Amino acid sequence: MATAIESRMTPGKIIAFSLVGLWLVIAAFPFLWTFWGSFKVQSDFFSKADWTNALWGTNTIAETGGAFTGQGYFGAWITEEFWQNVINSGIVVFFTVVISLTFGTLGGYALARSGFRYAFWLLMAALVFRAMPHITLVSGYLLPFFEWNIWGHLPTTIIVLVAINQPFTLWMLHSFFLNIPKDMDESAMVDGCTRFQAFRHVIVPVMWPGVITTGLFSFLLAYNDFAVTAMLLSAENETIIPAINSFLGTTQVEGKVMYAVAAVVSATAPLFVLILFFQRQIVSGLTAGAVKG
Amino acid sequence: MKHRTFFWFILPTLSAMILFIALPIVSVFVQSLFVGHEQVLVVSESCGPFGCKESTKIDLEATEKLREEAPLGKFNGAGTYLNRSHLAFAEIGVAWAETETWGEFWSVVGDLPFYRALAFTLTYTAVVTPLVILLGLAIALGVNALPKLFKGPSIFISLLPFLVTPLVGSLILFWMVDSDGVIGATIQLIFDDPNLSLKASAALTWTMLIVYGVWHTLPFSFITFYAGLQTVPDDILEAAKVDGASKWESTLHVVVPHLMPLVSFVTLMLLMDNFRVFEPIVSFSAEAHARSLSWIIYNDLRESGNPLYGSAGATSMLTIIGVVILLTPVLIRTWRDFNRKAH
Repeated sequence: MATAIESRMTPGKIIAFSLVGLWLVIAAFPFLWTFWGSFKVQSDFFSKADWTNALWGTNTIAETGGAFTGQGYFGAWITEEFWQNVINSGIVVFFTVVISLTFGTLGGYALARSGFRYAFWLLMAALVFRAMPHITLVSGYLLPFFEWNIWGHLPTTIIVLVAINQPFTLWMLHSFFLNIPKDMDESAMVDGCTRFQAFRHVIVPVMWPGVITTGLFSFLLAYNDFAVTAMLLSAENETIIPAINSFLGTTQVEGKVMYAVAAVVSATAPLFVLILFFQRQIVSGLTAGAVKG
Repeated sequence: MKHRTFFWFILPTLSAMILFIALPIVSVFVQSLFVGHEQVLVVSESCGPFGCKESTKIDLEATEKLREEAPLGKFNGAGTYLNRSHLAFAEIGVAWAETETWGEFWSVVGDLPFYRALAFTLTYTAVVTPLVILLGLAIALGVNALPKLFKGPSIFISLLPFLVTPLVGSLILFWMVDSDGVIGATIQLIFDDPNLSLKASAALTWTMLIVYGVWHTLPFSFITFYAGLQTVPDDILEAAKVDGASKWESTLHVVVPHLMPLVSFVTLMLLMDNFRVFEPIVSFSAEAHARSLSWIIYNDLRESGNPLYGSAGATSMLTIIGVVILLTPVLIRTWRDFNRKAH
């Protein structure tokens, strides 16, 4: 009975489906367009006269002989040394994620197992810290960092990103550890383990799903950051996001915009792969905080 | 857990937060009370055959020395907070006294940098947040009705705009709406105006930024609501059907109330994220018509050669106060919940 009724197309369903379809086009089209266009020359990518030029690459054929060109990528990666920024980003992101997770698991576990009032206040403070625009903190860093001569280096940026990451990591791992039954570590302690041994031998082996999910979001925060990396890194230590912004500063010269387009596509690729492999974890992480309201 | 053990477990994360979040706030506050040194001027008199002439020169060496000795600048108290670039009480007082209609008064206030940024930030937050919640709910209901085969791919595609770097995502859109880009050129064609540019007027710039904001954050609300929909108990829906509720009625009276706790969670997250809107303004180079609080801080800090630490500090403090005001309802509610659980 149910199938016959449910498979019928009602007007409501048609509206719902077309809304979803419209959204999916709006969500995906900009990425497809930019990806396709990144293999063209600038006069095709910005083809005011005839937008189909961007599809068939009329000017690209005229200028380079083929419908696709890697000029933008060559310019960005080799001429502008984008690979250097990629290495910097790799270093910053790797260490930020590893350190944040180490600090966060210890702290999140403690907060989840402590019923004292100060644990609550710490979580509240973390919530306020989480809400603060990052740039407000950056204005507090600059002067001391210049004075101590630690401005511009990768380790400084890593530790700042770790700190900015902590409120979020704490909240997420705290709610994750709450879901691990208390009895597990407490029975280990009855058997004579210290708290740390119980953590090490009982909790660590079962915590990986939560840690991976939290790690994904730490990765995104470090990778996507612009406010901190743009202000705290010197030109030679720039990560990819401020580097893309610097490309733009020198642009509007013929061809240079395509460097930025190629860099933008290169910067999106890792995120695409990340979603491809970790879609389930990302979705569960997004909603983890929501379950408790 | 014993206090001692708790302390050792929390120590790394707590020291990171104290050193790099709490202390910088103090440092921002201290900075905001100082202004940068003015340049040291020397007046020298040079006498020639036709009388003496006074000339003023910048003493670079003395200026440098002064900056070295007291990098903070000189004490200014609340001066920076009250000057024209921030709260500008004096200017508002004058405007209040001199203007006759509300419209005139607001247009004067709207020209003051801080209030202009505040107006944009609040408008952006207030428009994007409800739009994203409503559209997200609608799309979640739509996707939930899709055949199973399409659900996964639609979530995959939806995640892209949300997880993409804000600076990169807004650049991608910016290149498309640029007057030479595919959307920009199409709009020109539709309105038959070859000079129409989305960057030309304040209203269009604001719309463009808001459209970006919705595009970027919609997936978050959609996915949260979609996850919530999976937890709606079937028997309640069944009961509503038996009682004669139409599909629409049961959505409105059963599903939506079930999602209400999620709505407050999503609202909180969206408010926090929208209030710090920053990257799209850089990407769209929209600063001529739209500046947010974050953007003016960034701009003060980038003032080449001589960053305005005091001014950036004052704006930062005011922004932090704004964030706390925004969060008060949530904090009070959580506090009540906590106390209820404790007793």
